Amino acid sequence: MTRPVLRAVATCLSAVVGMLAWIGLAAAADIQQVRSPGGIAAWLVQERSLPIVTIRFAFEGGSAQEPAGKEGTAGLLAAMLDQGAGSLSGAAFQREMEKLATRISFDSDRDFFFGSFETLSANLAKASPLLKLAIDAPTLDPATLERTRAQFLARASLEAGDNNKLANAQWMAQSFAGHAYSRAIAGTPESIKVVTREDLAGYRTRILARRTLHVAAVGDIDAETLGKVLDDVFGALPAEPKLTAIADVKPAAVPKPTVVKFEGPQSVAIFGRQGVPRSHPDHMAALVVTQILGGGSSEARLVQEVREKRGLAYWVYSLLVTFKHATVLIGGVASPNEEVAKSLDLVRTEFKRLAEQGPTQQEVDGAKSFLIGSYVLSLDSNAKIAEQMLRSQLQGLGPDFIAERKAGLQRVTRADVVRVARSLLATDDLSVTIAGQPTNLAP
Amino acid sequence: MSELVKAGVRALAILGVALLIPAATPAWSQTQAQTQRRASEFSLANGMQVVVIPDRRAPVITHVVWYRIGGADNIAGQSGLAHFLEHLMFKSTGRLKTGELSNVVARLGGRDNAVTTHDATYYFQRLPKEHLKTAMTMEADRMRNLRLVDQEVATERQVVIQERRSVVDSKSLAILDELISAALYLNHPYRIPVIGWGPEIPKLSRELALEFYNRFYAPNNAILIVAGDVTEAEVRKLAQDTFGRVRPRAGLARPPRPAEPPQLAARRIELRDPRAGSLSMQRFYLAPSYKTAQPGEAEALDVLVTILGEGPTSRLYGQLVEDKSLAANAGASYSGVALDSGTINVYAIAGDGVKQAALEQGIDAVLAQFIKDGPSEEELEQAKSSLIASYIYSADNQASLAQRYGSNLVIGRTIADVEEWPARLGRVSAADVKQAAAKYLDLQSSVTGFLIPQAEASEAAAGEKRGEARQ
Repeated sequence: MTRPVLRAVATCLSAVVGMLAWIGLAAAADIQQVRSPGGIAAWLVQERSLPIVTIRFAFEGGSAQEPAGKEGTAGLLAAMLDQGAGSLSGAAFQREMEKLATRISFDSDRDFFFGSFETLSANLAKASPLLKLAIDAPTLDPATLERTRAQFLARASLEAGDNNKLANAQWMAQSFAGHAYSRAIAGTPESIKVVTREDLAGYRTRILARRTLHVAAVGDIDAETLGKVLDDVFGALPAEPKLTAIADVKPAAVPKPTVVKFEGPQSVAIFGRQGVPRSHPDHMAALVVTQILGGGSSEARLVQEVREKRGLAYWVYSLLVTFKHATVLIGGVASPNEEVAKSLDLVRTEFKRLAEQGPTQQEVDGAKSFLIGSYVLSLDSNAKIAEQMLRSQLQGLGPDFIAERKAGLQRVTRADVVRVARSLLATDDLSVTIAGQPTNLAP
Repeated sequence: MSELVKAGVRALAILGVALLIPAATPAWSQTQAQTQRRASEFSLANGMQVVVIPDRRAPVITHVVWYRIGGADNIAGQSGLAHFLEHLMFKSTGRLKTGELSNVVARLGGRDNAVTTHDATYYFQRLPKEHLKTAMTMEADRMRNLRLVDQEVATERQVVIQERRSVVDSKSLAILDELISAALYLNHPYRIPVIGWGPEIPKLSRELALEFYNRFYAPNNAILIVAGDVTEAEVRKLAQDTFGRVRPRAGLARPPRPAEPPQLAARRIELRDPRAGSLSMQRFYLAPSYKTAQPGEAEALDVLVTILGEGPTSRLYGQLVEDKSLAANAGASYSGVALDSGTINVYAIAGDGVKQAALEQGIDAVLAQFIKDGPSEEELEQAKSSLIASYIYSADNQASLAQRYGSNLVIGRTIADVEEWPARLGRVSAADVKQAAAKYLDLQSSVTGFLIPQAEASEAAAGEKRGEARQ
């Protein structure tokens, strides 16, 4: 029985980090832009060394498109699509996938509804009709819905026992009060209980449409075959979705820390404020600032001050998180209840120090070379390449996104970082939420 | 032969996986796909074992050094020492400043980390391939030249205390898991958590860490794994120039471990925790590991848990979740890559309003029927196919590939053991699975644990925990 204990926690523990900025840069993958005979677009990388085809796709939607009070609809639908479709019962559908060694799954974040399809290339012709069935003709069987609902309720109650998730959820709730982003991404026990089969069907017909579909494919498949698969799988979807308009939004400043009571020896604190959106010319410089402050390196200032010098936490980080309608600089730390106030003081001090004095040239160079160089690690498997290509499409980037990203980061100078740090790292509107039983918090 | 098996066999042939299909199972007998090995190995003069796994799809490498020493090798009262040393390995050497190794890797666009298990400790870097030598140079340096300063050791100890609080003490399921392990093994040190018991971590000192380091860290106790866009010849040259210069230690051997006596009684654990969301049950059975099992037995256990509890088509899910609505989720797994023992885990999260006894009876009924009848031929074939598909899919991830070889070789298995796994899996019969079920799903060598949401937790308190915040 081996139970690994990791030295450093991955930087993306937090629930709001689904869309964390992709870091790094790679040898350019050879991306083809494919258009099916029926007009469906996709990006393709042919990779013949493994007999696998991986397709990732997404529709604009996500939890932001759920009706108020029905939070969890998108997640429930995602969980239901591979549990019965056409004439296949849930069990029959699952057995068919197993027989073909095919994996079909769906997921949702705040802004998008995702699908994932993986098959052995030899089985593609038999596997893609299964995907079509899941998308076009899911049964949404009432008994299966009740089982899935029970699983969602169990998960919700499990998450009520996770201080990190609680602190993150509270941060989103108060920072985006009144906006769709304030709502619980996976639903609350109350909302999960009232989502109906009609809600799922309604969400599916509103969101799954060709105009807002984005597709990325990697593996043992050529453009012509992919074109045929695209038409077969997605061709029968309606052309236009029916989307509710979502406003762009900035996180509200809540000056006083909010405490969610949670029993245990530690408090998790989440801190954050407005970030620099991807469309802004300073976005790349903001990525460098965030990396220097608390990126995934032991050199980062927060890691140095809180963990390495004082042993106040096992994990502490900062991230630039980009949603479709908001961008936030967010971070977190887990410290003993009696020390979390001290950790937060150190966080504020480091914000100020970096804002007022700027980074050293060496820090800027180090952060840039990390952000550029490590990108190759996010492109070293078929699944990861497909994921990156899809995310890049969703962010409105072109197929030259790898080179563009590299060039953008290379252009960032120390002067840019100094200028951006000054505004990005303001502390007067830094909002803090804490899950735990903190002591010594400033009144 | 099913579609999948045919496709799987073709896929394995393409992957270069050795596949020697025996005539024992009719469904497999027509195929004799014999192909070359994927990984290769050699040794350095100082005794360090080296394994090279080609993966040329991207210009990156995964560089890992495994030490044959882990948390189960700590002596009584020093739980957590192997893991504590792993943290301290990121401090200074004569050449490297504290934290420098990670910083260099980060600046080169790489990622690094380390992991301690009961049987092993390993350190890895993932990097663009041109920086392999840099990684090797630094890793070779800290193999024998670690320097520890009191203040740094004291601070890092605080970090580990916080780590324990984050990954164990704040999570009720992790606490239950720890309690079950402590009860499952009566004497063997797999009962002791790798991170260490709370009261013992503060006693871990610089001297203890250095003593452990000086005894066990050496090239003749290590395995180098390099996966990626690199040839054996390139790795050989670089390894000789770096690790090849590190002196071996004489008299190096893993210390003998306390032995597990016969297990004569089932044990039960109930953890009440206000943070627990739902009632859940976790049962662990002792089972052989791939290292201790009779030939074919561990493979039969992999098939067994796949049929019993892998995914929505499994027996546990079908009967407990779909048919009887006793559970919100249910499944099983087998953990078999370990030196001295493996475990079978069966779990379920109770459905709404379902009581402890009903949940347990439901699970026991599924297990009893399986022990009595064994699997159907269709279930057997399907489970094997799924396992082979997972084997193929996991080759898409270079880090997983490196992990597959490293975790097996460090417990003394061979490249052939790893690469012939699909073929051995193919030989598992329904009778083998039935026999393994009867032998190892034995309550006498098990612990049944329940996580119970505390009754005292009032509605108001529950509401507050769901995030009704006060300012």
